[in-house]
Amino acid sequence: MNFHFTRYSKIYYAFSGILIVAALASLIVYGLKFGIEFTGGSNMEVAFTQTRPSNEVISKALASFNLGEITVQPTGADGAVLKFKGVDEATHQSILTALNAVSLVQEKGFQFIGPSVGQDLKNKTEIAIVLALLAITIYIAFAFRKVSRPVASWKYGVTSLIALFHDILIPLGVFSLLGHFYHVEITIPIIAALLTILGFSVHDTIVIFDRIRENIMRRGMGEFADTVDLSLNQTVGRSISTVFTVLLVMFSLFFFGGETLKYFSLALIIGITSGAYSSIFIASPLLVSWQKWSERG
Amino acid sequence: MQQKYWIFLVIIILALLAGNFVYPNYIDKGVDFVNAKLSWHLPHLWSKPYVLGLDLQGGVNLVYQADLSTVQDKSGAMSGLRDVIERRVNMFGVSEPVVQIQGSDRLLVELPGVKDVKQAIDMIGQTPYLEFDEQRTEAESKPILDKIKEVQAAQEKGQDITKIKDWQLALQNPYFKPTDLTGKYLSKATVVFDQTTYKPQIQLVFNGDGAKLFEDVTGRNVGKSLEILLDGFSIIDTNGDGKIDANDAYAPVIQQKITGGTAVITGNMSAFTANSIASRLNSGALPVKIGSPISQETVGPTLGSVSLQKSLWAGILGLAAVILFMVIFYRLPGLLASIALLIYVAITLAIFKLVPVTLTLAGIGGFILSIGMAVDANILIFARMKEEIKQGKALDVAIREGFGRAWPSIRDSNLNSLIVCAILFIFSTSFIKGFALTLSLGIVVSLFSAIFITRILLMVFIGPKLEKLKWLL
Repeated sequence: MNFHFTRYSKIYYAFSGILIVAALASLIVYGLKFGIEFTGGSNMEVAFTQTRPSNEVISKALASFNLGEITVQPTGADGAVLKFKGVDEATHQSILTALNAVSLVQEKGFQFIGPSVGQDLKNKTEIAIVLALLAITIYIAFAFRKVSRPVASWKYGVTSLIALFHDILIPLGVFSLLGHFYHVEITIPIIAALLTILGFSVHDTIVIFDRIRENIMRRGMGEFADTVDLSLNQTVGRSISTVFTVLLVMFSLFFFGGETLKYFSLALIIGITSGAYSSIFIASPLLVSWQKWSERG
Repeated sequence: MQQKYWIFLVIIILALLAGNFVYPNYIDKGVDFVNAKLSWHLPHLWSKPYVLGLDLQGGVNLVYQADLSTVQDKSGAMSGLRDVIERRVNMFGVSEPVVQIQGSDRLLVELPGVKDVKQAIDMIGQTPYLEFDEQRTEAESKPILDKIKEVQAAQEKGQDITKIKDWQLALQNPYFKPTDLTGKYLSKATVVFDQTTYKPQIQLVFNGDGAKLFEDVTGRNVGKSLEILLDGFSIIDTNGDGKIDANDAYAPVIQQKITGGTAVITGNMSAFTANSIASRLNSGALPVKIGSPISQETVGPTLGSVSLQKSLWAGILGLAAVILFMVIFYRLPGLLASIALLIYVAITLAIFKLVPVTLTLAGIGGFILSIGMAVDANILIFARMKEEIKQGKALDVAIREGFGRAWPSIRDSNLNSLIVCAILFIFSTSFIKGFALTLSLGIVVSLFSAIFITRILLMVFIGPKLEKLKWLL
């Protein structure tokens, strides 16, 4: 069987184009909702031992503490996550007492991040993202350093970078929507997941591009689109298997792994799926389209 | 015997060792059974528990910002601060407290399993902790001494001492117990000189309540010793070795009930030392000011154990799903790759225990991700092998070619993931560090298992006999 992947390039471009525009629109309109580790503040996780009072009752009980904006998110059957501005331990204890006065409560976790710590983490994240992009660009340049005809090696690099942005933008867009509608925040685990996606996405693309170059060397030039199609047919089984095994463990983590790792695994699920898709349906067809366009020009 | 069989044997032994180190229960049960039947005394396997992070065992993580604006020797001040805080933290009796300098001016304090966070924060940030301990009676000393012996015996056997009932008791001083009198009641400390010997002494003056307490304490302990401790250690260098450590003990004998609220600490100390102790008592200052924590994370013990349970289940289910997938789609090689994957899991977990790697939720997440990624190398190799077989090559040639051709892609991809892990490591956040550490460890071990173990398994199990059973491949 030989499927002509590149024949339907326009459909993939349109599909990805819509996704990217939607992601960008959401990022511009809604932005990203950052967790307290970046913004500073307090996060309190409690379980009510009898009945869980309504959000309004909880907020009202804490009104006297001058906590700024208080958000109360119910979790599970009897739990709640409370978020408010940073407080010291004494205030934290009085808040707990105030909650106990409303309904008996058991504290499961408390986190307080000072503003300077949040700012620090933001700077570190920025450095990490820049470094990761830089390292990956250098890596691509290195992997494709041997000049290959007819496609210049740097074109492989550029197309894999385009695929990379595609794979990062889509999960970011999803998290922007989740943040706006479901209060899902960008936390440290999600940043870790996004950086991992960077590595994974490029890896997929490189396996396919390696094949393309190998086939050009083995079989001579021929029609470039046919060579790309052949290479995709040879690698698609591996791509699907690899993504599938990672998805198996990540879905297992998403459904059974508990709260902290839930959105971490979701980010990886979206990013890795997008990475596999973009290597086959974006990066490789782009290479062909580019080649056709420059031959014509 | 051929070389490959020897290597195969070594791998099996390695896998058994790692597996039983990770999960010794079966062997230990067997040993118990044999011991009971034959009344032998075979020991249990040498084992070591996992080191769990705060998010899994519960506890509190505090970050302090030191004010170094008025200090000349900044790193010296920070290590001085760390030492003092370390001593205070050790008084909580938690199993493995961590006190670390972060960056140039931050101090990280981790207290696993601590219940009263407010008390912990108060105690860390407080003025030097001066306490007056009275002698225990023999009846009070005995249970503590017994518990210490029990814990020491357990430690020698490498068992988890936190499993022993009331193990915290062993952390207490068997001979002295604290009285209500502490530095809180101190109104001032001055250096005075003995009238006859001209030796420096530290004079403590208590406030009204303190004077009363001091009178009570000295009154009921006439003829006995009263130990005076500063931050849990002797207040002066009693054995004269130039440093104050656990070998020093300052416990003068009370001659008579002391009224009036004044006490004098005498001993072999220079005027300089006496001065610095007095000023520490007076100003109540740590080497540098730290104030209240700038970040705090408290994890309740139930939340931690629930997270651990859930993520372990997710890992086991994910592993089972991957094995099922590999066996269905890649048949015999898939089965061999699954065996290699199980050996990979055993070896990695054994490394986690041995090093030890502090396991956090993020670390477990990274490890579970690496289980999914570990088979990628095998998938690449098998895909190439199938192509070679299709071209009509003999099995052993196809295996060799498959490994050879897949290697550049495998190397590139794993190198790439390792680069990203290295970048993740620049975060000092423990979450990311845990994730990057276990993921990169997983990648390295999985390379070994995919390239080396699977290859040996293939060479041993796929011989000429299988030429006719090519559908299995």
